[in-house]
Amino acid sequence: MPVLQDIVVAIRSDGDIVAARQQGRSLATAIGFTATDATLIATAISELARNILMYARQGEVMLHSVESSHRKGIVICARDSGPGIRSIEDVLRDGYSTSGGLGLGLPGVKRLMDEFTIESELGQGTMVTVKKWLN
Amino acid sequence: MEVPILKQGRFLIATIQAALSDADLLQLRRALIDKAIRFRSNGVIIDVTALDVMDSFATRTLRDITNMIRLRGADTVIVGIQPEVAFAMVQLGLTMEGVATALDLEEGLAHLQQRATGKI
Amino acid sequence: MSSNKRSADQLQRTAAQSTELLQELVAHLRQNRTQLREEWANRIAEARLLTAMTKEELFAEATSVYDNYVEALSTGTFEALQTYARNLSERIIPRGVETHEVVGIVLLLRDVLARSLFAKYQGDFMMLNRILDAYEPAANRIANTVAVGFVQERERVIRQQQEAIRELSTPVLQVRERLLILPIIGVIDAQRARQLTEQLLRGIRMNRAKVVVIDITGVAAMDATVANHLVQTVEASRLLGATVIVTGLSPEIAQTIVTIGVDLGKMNTVGDLQGGIEQAERLLGYKVIPVADTAAS
Repeated sequence: MPVLQDIVVAIRSDGDIVAARQQGRSLATAIGFTATDATLIATAISELARNILMYARQGEVMLHSVESSHRKGIVICARDSGPGIRSIEDVLRDGYSTSGGLGLGLPGVKRLMDEFTIESELGQGTMVTVKKWLN
Repeated sequence: MEVPILKQGRFLIATIQAALSDADLLQLRRALIDKAIRFRSNGVIIDVTALDVMDSFATRTLRDITNMIRLRGADTVIVGIQPEVAFAMVQLGLTMEGVATALDLEEGLAHLQQRATGKI
Repeated sequence: MSSNKRSADQLQRTAAQSTELLQELVAHLRQNRTQLREEWANRIAEARLLTAMTKEELFAEATSVYDNYVEALSTGTFEALQTYARNLSERIIPRGVETHEVVGIVLLLRDVLARSLFAKYQGDFMMLNRILDAYEPAANRIANTVAVGFVQERERVIRQQQEAIRELSTPVLQVRERLLILPIIGVIDAQRARQLTEQLLRGIRMNRAKVVVIDITGVAAMDATVANHLVQTVEASRLLGATVIVTGLSPEIAQTIVTIGVDLGKMNTVGDLQGGIEQAERLLGYKVIPVADTAAS
């Protein structure tokens, strides 16, 4: 699958969260997503970038557009070398983390996107990859 | 970036002009509470029309502001949430329960005035 | 190790040869452009393709297709061809051209050009083989690119039309000032539900609605996903300062909503649309006066 554009945003401060989601919105719009979808994508990026900052203190968000023979979309990869997640099952359970607490908001992010994968290893780090396809 | 906060009678109106970082949101919280105390405000309006994304941190902060302002006996109303932003928020599960919302500044003021006259 | 290097070298040489041969046949196709294009146009007419177009239109399009075809052969890259195929499709789809016609004419061009190559190189069998080895994969890729481009454009047009139909079939009605009614009829799938939500939210903002009545009397059944969408619509509307009243909730749908964990008590529901509108008017501060009374006063 050809990768058309590759953007990497380093996440080290809360200003970077804003930068990451603004880049995400631009890329989404360039790919052809509607304003509504671009907002969904930017919101998902915001949550993922914030998780990096909160739990690993630094990491990066990578954005690229992908185009296969029959569809176009955006891929977002949020990566850190932080402490890792002890129980992935727990963080993916709805209600475990809500907007009220200091939760990871991952079930919500999963709802916003079409595809969602998460890899994490204690002491090594975490990587969340999400994709959204153009309708 | 500092958010301008205007005094209108017994109410305070904070108009967010552009994307706010987490630090900016916390700064807004401090400034609003500080001014609400100083001016003995009856109500606070936070206009988020210019926000193109409202994530869990923004929602949490607005809820914190609402609760803290309530401790001073005043009401808070959030106005100007954009349709796309509202859509993303509910998908993410951020419903802002317990926080009053209105369509725009006009509605927000009407809401606060209603609440103010409702009290003795 | 050495045999690997030899076969790698061989591959490189074959690739270079292929490029050379392609350039040679491209030169031939450009030289004989006029007659080959005419032959192709005749074949198209014979096969009764592109009957929706006039002779002049056909000629113009045939010329640009031919040139883009040969250009793709020459450069070996297909992005330009993809873009061209999409533009072409955008032009001809409104004229009523069908997929089989587009595929048909590209294959006819492939054949016309192949035969021309046969004719030129028939004296040298080895050369003919090598020329065809270079030509065939490229020609097939071109046919594929054009066909896919056409189909994608067609699908895009269909999606646009579906979207338009959906919007038309579910109008958001402004009945009174600050009051919107959204009557939903028929089958809702997740995509339509999403589209309704977006339409409604935009409507709330545009009409400055304070109350929305969503009537689902006409909805037979709703699965959990769509029920979830309904709940989200209510929540999102509240964020825009509007109160939502849901009317026409059947016992089955009520059950579905409870099953997905939503407290129906928190939702504002009324039996039928009329009742819903009356409640909405009360919320807005309207007083409903029966016509008889006004006549008397």
